[in-house]
Amino acid sequence: MSEIDISKLPKGGKGFVHDFAADQTTFKGVPWGKAMMWIFLLSDTFIFSCFLISLMTARSSTTAEWPYPSEVFGLTMFGVEVPLLLIAIMTFVLITSSGTMALAVKYGYERNRKMCAWLILATAIGGLTFVGMQAFEWSKLIFHDGIRPWSNPFGAAQFGSFFFMITGFHGTHVSIGVIFLFIFARKTFRGDFETGKRGHFTSMKSDYKAIEILGLYWHFVDLVWVFIFAFFYLW
Amino acid sequence: MEQNNKKTATTHNIGIYLWIWGLLFVFSTFSYLVDWYNLQGLLRWSLIIFFMLIKAGLIMSIFMHLYWERWAIVNVLLWPMTAIMVFVFIMTAESKYTFFTRALFFVTGG
Repeated sequence: MSEIDISKLPKGGKGFVHDFAADQTTFKGVPWGKAMMWIFLLSDTFIFSCFLISLMTARSSTTAEWPYPSEVFGLTMFGVEVPLLLIAIMTFVLITSSGTMALAVKYGYERNRKMCAWLILATAIGGLTFVGMQAFEWSKLIFHDGIRPWSNPFGAAQFGSFFFMITGFHGTHVSIGVIFLFIFARKTFRGDFETGKRGHFTSMKSDYKAIEILGLYWHFVDLVWVFIFAFFYLW
Repeated sequence: MEQNNKKTATTHNIGIYLWIWGLLFVFSTFSYLVDWYNLQGLLRWSLIIFFMLIKAGLIMSIFMHLYWERWAIVNVLLWPMTAIMVFVFIMTAESKYTFFTRALFFVTGG
């Protein structure tokens, strides 16, 4: 991709000026796919920020009492009220899958095909578990607690629409990620990055950089959950 | 080209990933404990934001490798994200005004 030896270029602030003043590529040593994924993630950051900022705006401008998430999302286990239990487990599952993804990227760059593929598969299963628990959470809230986008028994009516919009949009991201993780687990197991087999959709050859790019997306999903956990569930 | 990639691709010790993984677990537990112990008010909000920022920083810098990237891409990503804070302050002011007009309406009846 880039033949420049980036270790010889100036670093830090000097490197920043150097790279932006350069004739050719600005992001030196960054494959184009990775740069584009980062820019996509930046735009996605804006979308999720808009959701969370509108949540903040609605919550602090409503005169009605905002439902207390700690109680709404609490579960009764063995007769004890545990606040946010399912959400906490979901958080740990997502972090675990983020960890396995980081290791998959590492083993990919070390050309350890088997290890990389198994870790991607583990990540996919973690993501699937997360989506499954979210489906359980949604069905509990819809069928048992009667939360609707336009009303709910706990307080301010906007609560439901924000809940379904924010967690739904995040869940969609997770689901798309899971699909791609399964596809890339298969590609890695088959050895596509060694044999140079062309991709089904892109008809381009690929290598283990693709795993890092997929990893960026997956870590981003985890990153967004950190903010949703803080601002929606804990606040 | 493949040979070249092999040489320049940076891989890191497995230890650092396991460490960060462990730290993320610890900080998630801490932020859950904020709710568990039912802390309220300014203490609750500052702890939530504190743990959130630490977790986000660890994920972005280590798991997403931003720490090892050149400043060109790091700056392109982080400054727009920082600009979101301005939007947050604008909307805080706006929502307070909306709340004020609503409260006024309910008190005076229009």
